[in-house]
Amino acid sequence: MGPVLAGVLQLLALMGALALAYIPLGTYMAKVYSTDKHWRVEKWIYKGIGANPDTEMRWTAYLRGVLAFSAVGVLFLYLLQRLQGVLPGSLGFQAIDPDQAFNTAVSFVTNTNWQSYYGEQAMGHVVQTAGLAVQNFVSAAVGIAVAVALVRGFARSRTGELGNFWSDMVRGVTRILLPGAFIAAIVLVACGAIQNFSGIHEVGQFMGGSQQWNGGAVASQEAIKEFGTNGGGYFNANSAHPFENPTPFTNLFEIFLLLVIPFSLTRTFGVMVGSVKQGYAILATMATIWVGFVALMMWTEFAHHGPALQIAGGAMEGKEVRFGVGSSSIFAVSTTLTSTGAVDSFHSSFTGLGGGITMLGMMLGEIAPGGTGSGLYGMLIMAIIAVFIAGLMVGRTPEYLGKKIGTREIKLAACYILVTPALVLVFAGVAMALPTPVHSMTNSGAHGFSEILYAYTSAANNNGSAFAGLNADTQWFNTTLGLAMALGRFLPMVFVLALAGSLAEQRPVPETAGTLRTNKPLFVGLLVGAILIITGLTYFPALALGPLAEGLAS
Amino acid sequence: MTTRTESEEMSTATPTRAPHSDVPTGHKSPEGRVGAGLFDPQQLLKSLPDACRKLDPRVMVKSPVMFVVWIGSVLTTVFSFKDPGDWFGWTISAWLWLTVVFANLAEAVAEGRGKAQADTLRKAKTDTVARRLTGAVEEQVPGTGLRIGDLVVCESGDIIPGDGDVVEGVASVDESAITGESAPVIRESGGDRSAVTGGTKVLSDRIVIKITTKPGETFIDRMISLVEGAARQKTPNEIALNILLASLTIVFLLAVATLPPFADYAGTHLTMVVLVALLVCLIPTTIGALLSAIGIAGMDRLVQRNVLAMSGRAVEAAGDVSTLLLDKTGTITLGNRQAAEFVPVSGVTEAELADAAQLSSLADETPEGRSIVVLAKETYGLRERHQGELTGAEWIEFTAQTRMSGVDVDGRRIRKGAAGSVVKWVEERGGTVAEDADAATDRISEAGGTPLLVAVEDPQGARVLGVIHLKDVVKQGMRERFDELRRMGIKTVMITGDNPLTARAIAEEAGVDDFLAEATPEDKMALIKREQAGGKLVAMTGDGTNDAPALAQADVGVAMNTGTSAAKEAGNMVDLDSNPTKLIEIVEIGKQLLITRGALTTFSIANDVAKYFAIIPALFAAVYPGLDKLNIMGLSSPDSAILSAVVFNALIIIALVPLSLKGVQYRPVSADKMLRRNLTIYGIGGLIAPFVGIKLIDLLISLIPGIG
Repeated sequence: MGPVLAGVLQLLALMGALALAYIPLGTYMAKVYSTDKHWRVEKWIYKGIGANPDTEMRWTAYLRGVLAFSAVGVLFLYLLQRLQGVLPGSLGFQAIDPDQAFNTAVSFVTNTNWQSYYGEQAMGHVVQTAGLAVQNFVSAAVGIAVAVALVRGFARSRTGELGNFWSDMVRGVTRILLPGAFIAAIVLVACGAIQNFSGIHEVGQFMGGSQQWNGGAVASQEAIKEFGTNGGGYFNANSAHPFENPTPFTNLFEIFLLLVIPFSLTRTFGVMVGSVKQGYAILATMATIWVGFVALMMWTEFAHHGPALQIAGGAMEGKEVRFGVGSSSIFAVSTTLTSTGAVDSFHSSFTGLGGGITMLGMMLGEIAPGGTGSGLYGMLIMAIIAVFIAGLMVGRTPEYLGKKIGTREIKLAACYILVTPALVLVFAGVAMALPTPVHSMTNSGAHGFSEILYAYTSAANNNGSAFAGLNADTQWFNTTLGLAMALGRFLPMVFVLALAGSLAEQRPVPETAGTLRTNKPLFVGLLVGAILIITGLTYFPALALGPLAEGLAS
Repeated sequence: MTTRTESEEMSTATPTRAPHSDVPTGHKSPEGRVGAGLFDPQQLLKSLPDACRKLDPRVMVKSPVMFVVWIGSVLTTVFSFKDPGDWFGWTISAWLWLTVVFANLAEAVAEGRGKAQADTLRKAKTDTVARRLTGAVEEQVPGTGLRIGDLVVCESGDIIPGDGDVVEGVASVDESAITGESAPVIRESGGDRSAVTGGTKVLSDRIVIKITTKPGETFIDRMISLVEGAARQKTPNEIALNILLASLTIVFLLAVATLPPFADYAGTHLTMVVLVALLVCLIPTTIGALLSAIGIAGMDRLVQRNVLAMSGRAVEAAGDVSTLLLDKTGTITLGNRQAAEFVPVSGVTEAELADAAQLSSLADETPEGRSIVVLAKETYGLRERHQGELTGAEWIEFTAQTRMSGVDVDGRRIRKGAAGSVVKWVEERGGTVAEDADAATDRISEAGGTPLLVAVEDPQGARVLGVIHLKDVVKQGMRERFDELRRMGIKTVMITGDNPLTARAIAEEAGVDDFLAEATPEDKMALIKREQAGGKLVAMTGDGTNDAPALAQADVGVAMNTGTSAAKEAGNMVDLDSNPTKLIEIVEIGKQLLITRGALTTFSIANDVAKYFAIIPALFAAVYPGLDKLNIMGLSSPDSAILSAVVFNALIIIALVPLSLKGVQYRPVSADKMLRRNLTIYGIGGLIAPFVGIKLIDLLISLIPGIG
């Protein structure tokens, strides 16, 4: 079996597994966010944090919950890192510097998991498990909660109420993420990922010299790292590290984990708005882009010039021999089209065009299928934009899912789509214009520029993967990337929740033969086109000077 | 927070076109007016001075996209002055200015059409002298000195000095100044025909008018200011689209503004001229330039059909309407019941019945009576006899009391009339009513028709001869019209005062979706509220004062110009032709306006793809030769590539002016088909067209020596 065929078969197996999980998981999640029964453990939590899970919140209250909870999360995580030196169970690591602690705190709370540190050389058990792992759960739950609030905005009418943030967030953890991650961790342990609290081992190498190996609660962190589209690795090598991702099967399993919630949320959406077909249309849009990107990626990585690449059967530089070109391509596309940012291969080492594909995936706004929750709400915003532009062509003022897209709605959607391009382009522009940030580049020329462009794209879109090579542990990068992550996460949430509130207040417009059908292939095509063209136009010049210049050079 | 401010914008009425082509009119269209759908290139030249006047930044700032182009043009011009030998900078500057002028031209042409109409209206608004009545004293005051509540007298030949209601008398009035309809109309005190409009002329008799509007705010004044665009405000969807276009402009501004540091790192320096050229090519200039013209032209299309929209919001709402309330009479049916069939009782031939029916109807001047005479003539060749032809005949005319008409001639007494009256008449004379007459009567009633009995009393006694079937005649083509509406997703509801039985029969024949029988104004109101509660937008027409609340409640309320001032005040459109069928056209115009906007937006955004393929290789192929692979159009030189993109960007605006003025072709089909069609033409077409256009312009430019 050739590597190409193997890659295609793995892709098919993955699609099959995702398809099997789609209806049960999606429907289950819809139930989680619709029932009014609380679990006993949840009641304890509500009592503990002093929240009443049964009050309905308007969008402002919901947003206050999101922001307050996240702010507390950042502060706690920051302090934990700053105090690491005096905490027990820290493997002897010292306190993290203020700028790096800020960057890391923001990074994990925003579901980005950008790491400017080396996990095995900086973070002890307490920070990893009580700090980072906790945020892996709750940041994902916050994302789903905001998406659910937007879905309720579509589903409800003549009310400003979007549900209860505390209940949505807690249920996301207790009923979806914890059970899912628990099962996934067991699978990973069974396949050879490590799970212990052992210290640092000095291990001799075959070629002489010695190596330090850390123990740690890796499998449990790995499970939520993928399942919550977080991506922050226990080890610096992330999912390329054999302790995190030991076999080709775990590799495929991890890809499955990071895709399954974002894809299945379209089912949740369909069930909650009362038309699973609308969910299928959004799913089809996401899947079209995802499969298209995987195909493109395999094509660039398998199509190779030069004897070294031909002997290897593809562009093997920076890829694990365990996984090969096909599986690495699927992983790279999936991690950048979601907000995961875990890597099982080094995006910097992909072909020029391949690196460009990973960047473009993030630039789309990570909506195909995107992060947990953030993918769905990002895609729904794009659907609103597409409906607004093309919907007029059916001779009615634009409407989506029975809600009019009026001045206020389009204002909020327009603000949403402005945020990440502004962050990426402005920060990258300033970084390129200043004398020092450029010194962090490992490479020169177009590839060096790609490193910086990739860093800001990854941060502003809350991806977290890096175009390895950039030395990001500088005050400039820790600060600006931290700001990009925070603004790139919470500003869009402000607009999404405001939009949800505005939609929930409307009364529904009944569907007639004159209504634009948003559950038809034509609309899916339109949406894919709108996403690609709008993003493409935004980033084309920047991409031309980075990956395109490199990829088209030969 | 959807803004609920009703933009007091109104498009205008043109006093230029006769409403019904079959009505003879002495009113001539003024020269220089363009009909809907026509576009005269000369207008572009004529509007050029206006277009240049609009270069004032205070005017430009209203259109954010074009304002950015304007700033860009100023920048490139300034930079060209700093380097006067740079032909490229000058050429780009020139084309950027042209882009702005072209955009202004589109708007100026659209407005120009309205200006011509305003001039005609002004002629109608000659300064009048009013004869104000204070108690019994009459004094002459200027029309502008009138206040609300003043009473004025108008006699034949007087121009009515202001809007008001007739409180005394009845007069025929020439309203051609407003409606273009030269046939005089009757205005009388009380009832639904009491409203008079300032500027119209009393032709006969004397009326006393109570002024209801301040001078300067009359119907004609509002029309003039609306036609001239002085009161034009952006409609909600236009505002929303402007927001999206502004945000896309910001995105592209960021993409271009951050390019210099990237380029410097790559080792090439981008000049201001090139950056501005790239920016202008990317921002949605096509739709930004034409958006305002599309809106004005949409209102203008209404004007062409003699409809005055009080707000642009109403025009947009018309596109969204999902329920149409249509009055049966005049809209769905011809308005009068007509004889359709003669049903004789046994022992009587149809010809005998027809003859008796005709004879008895000669003295019946009602439309129903006339239709019986006509049916007898057409079906049985019975010549219409004049009353004078039959000597010794005594004619009994139809009255509302007797509800019968007839004739006594040659010893025969023939009567025709409402079933009850005729039966009573026969029984009084000792006659009997045949059973099959009863059966026929019931059958006709059930079918929604009106039965009229024909009876005779002669030496053989009094007896019923048969039944005439009167029925509402549905206008031709209505069923097809309603089928079209259904395909567009619009539900039609027929409103009638008829009983449910009759209403159902007509509803079925006409093919409407639903009907409201024995409708009172309250019922109408309740129906509208019910539909709206379900999220539907409702359109209706009305003319009476009792329609006013429903007109105000409806999303699109079209008041007939013949209606009361209360109705006109309540509606958000006035149909100067007073033709209720117009509602369907209004919906189509609303849809066409929205489609045109969407199509050009899609086209504009799709256009950008090709421009990148022209400009990016031109800018960077020198430092990254690989990028030359993106030059798939094979443009001859970097300068020529950039220039071609800029030129194409400017020319496409002018090329699309006719389309934006006359609107995208509209067919009543389902949303799916419409989307597929428009997406193919304007989406895919918008992707491909600029590749061809830019290549052609590049070929021309490369012919110029010294370039390319």
